[in-house]
Amino acid sequence: MDISLQQVEYRYQANSPFERLAIQNVSIDIPSGTYLAIIGHTGSGKSTILQHLNAILRPTEGKVVIGDREVTNAKKQKNLKEIRKRVGIVFQFPEHQLFEETVEKDICFGPMNFGVSEADAKVRARKAIKQVGLSEEILQKSPFDLSGGQMRRVAIAGVLAMEPDVIVLDEPTAGLDPRGRKEIMDMFYQLHKERNLSTVLVTHSMEDASQYADQIVIMHQGQVYKKGTPREIFHSPDGLIELGLDVPEVVRFQQKLEAAFKTKLAKTCITLDELTDEIDQLFKRGEPK
Amino acid sequence: MKNPVVTIENVSFKYDGQEQYALKDVSFQIYDDEWLAIVGHNGSGKSTLAKLLNGLQFPEEGRIQIGGIDLTEETVWDIRKLIGMVFQNPDNQFVGTTVQDDVAFGLENNGIPREDMVERVQSSLKSVKMEQFLDQEPHHLSGGQKQRVAIAGVIALRPKIIVLDEATSMLDPRGREEVLDTIRQLKNDHQMTVISITHDLEEAAKADRIIVMNGGELYREGTPEEIFQMDEELVKLGLDIPFPVKMSKMLKAKGIPLNKHYLSEEELVTQLWTSHSNK
Repeated sequence: MDISLQQVEYRYQANSPFERLAIQNVSIDIPSGTYLAIIGHTGSGKSTILQHLNAILRPTEGKVVIGDREVTNAKKQKNLKEIRKRVGIVFQFPEHQLFEETVEKDICFGPMNFGVSEADAKVRARKAIKQVGLSEEILQKSPFDLSGGQMRRVAIAGVLAMEPDVIVLDEPTAGLDPRGRKEIMDMFYQLHKERNLSTVLVTHSMEDASQYADQIVIMHQGQVYKKGTPREIFHSPDGLIELGLDVPEVVRFQQKLEAAFKTKLAKTCITLDELTDEIDQLFKRGEPK
Repeated sequence: MKNPVVTIENVSFKYDGQEQYALKDVSFQIYDDEWLAIVGHNGSGKSTLAKLLNGLQFPEEGRIQIGGIDLTEETVWDIRKLIGMVFQNPDNQFVGTTVQDDVAFGLENNGIPREDMVERVQSSLKSVKMEQFLDQEPHHLSGGQKQRVAIAGVIALRPKIIVLDEATSMLDPRGREEVLDTIRQLKNDHQMTVISITHDLEEAAKADRIIVMNGGELYREGTPEEIFQMDEELVKLGLDIPFPVKMSKMLKAKGIPLNKHYLSEEELVTQLWTSHSNK
């Protein structure tokens, strides 16, 4: 399912003394099967965009096209359920939203809310729990007896069990240790590849964005500052650094190295392997200057 | 001589209804004016340690001494004046209806005179760059902004020790740097001890000392230099290796001459330049 934001503007509490412009003139295309990362500072409009992706917010200007539905400010929209079913959002700290007595009931809650029968929901729960790398035995446990990392996986399984066409991840690794972080990111990447699941990652982490996404959108003060593939984005990192955004460690290191050697490497590296190879080449070429 | 401000002796703790000990026979000291980073995987006991330091929980066995006072249910209120805690989730620590009320809350509780209070609210919010938000309500703030307010609330009380329990993990990179710079500045100005519980290895690399927790036990203690030479062992513990160390390793594997695994990018670049020029 394709999603497209077309010149979207959103004002919080519009027409009130508290009105605040959150995003403006934002156009982003998310064709089916894309892995898109949205990056920016706190307050840059990332979360506002996220809430447009399944019509939690309606734009105050412009439109959002989600599959064959058009969401605008014009009229009260009906039947947004269909959209919500097809675009699953994993919010920050999703484990805070667990509430049922057992993991199975918790995972089944979403699908059943959307009209899936209990029997089918249970089948989906079994599938989803495996997709997040947990075993079926956990289904009968209370979610509150699990570790933090397991709880997060259960919460994610609840979203996957809705079998969405698009999954939106809001800082999915916040608070996890480095290993947990890598496991969760690898898991989403695998789902993306295997099921061609469109994935939108909202994050502060340039590392994750450069490593996993095909497309990156950089938000700054409510507007799209830059968009492109990771290599395009990091080809000229100076602008990003001026905005106070991080650049990936590999990119930053390449910059420092190029400055010291007063030379350019053959390409913009975005992985550690690429950078190692380029430095190796530099040494094999021999004499500096 | 290094002066211990916190002494933890043979401390064990387990949560109600749990079989496993969250902390097992942990002993170490924290010194005056140092920046100590405590790292470890989720569930390694780091946060439990933070809760024990502030008397939110009490050890089942062992002893904790802070500023020369034994931490008990009787002394806990005195000890909380010495220790300021900043937790991970800003939503759980916002108590005021506005930003300035929130910062004033702790001061009021401690009976600080009004004039003094007004000044401290202003200056501490300024130090976390939130002075523009005095009358904002918490739900208008982002997570990162709320966290900065929480830090201001702690700073306003001028504690001897600040415990950051993953306090910057929800901030963006610039926000994180601002907060850490602020705390470094405050630490220097007021000679505070900082205990930072973190997954951020770049931050840990800048600490004076690192403690590695694993499965409720103190696994290793040392300078950043010493700890990051542990290399793959850290990965096995669920942690990671800082980028310059990773880079050094991969370059060495390619046969590029490097003496050691460097902790800073600058050092590594300089070393590469030197060995390149000497070829």
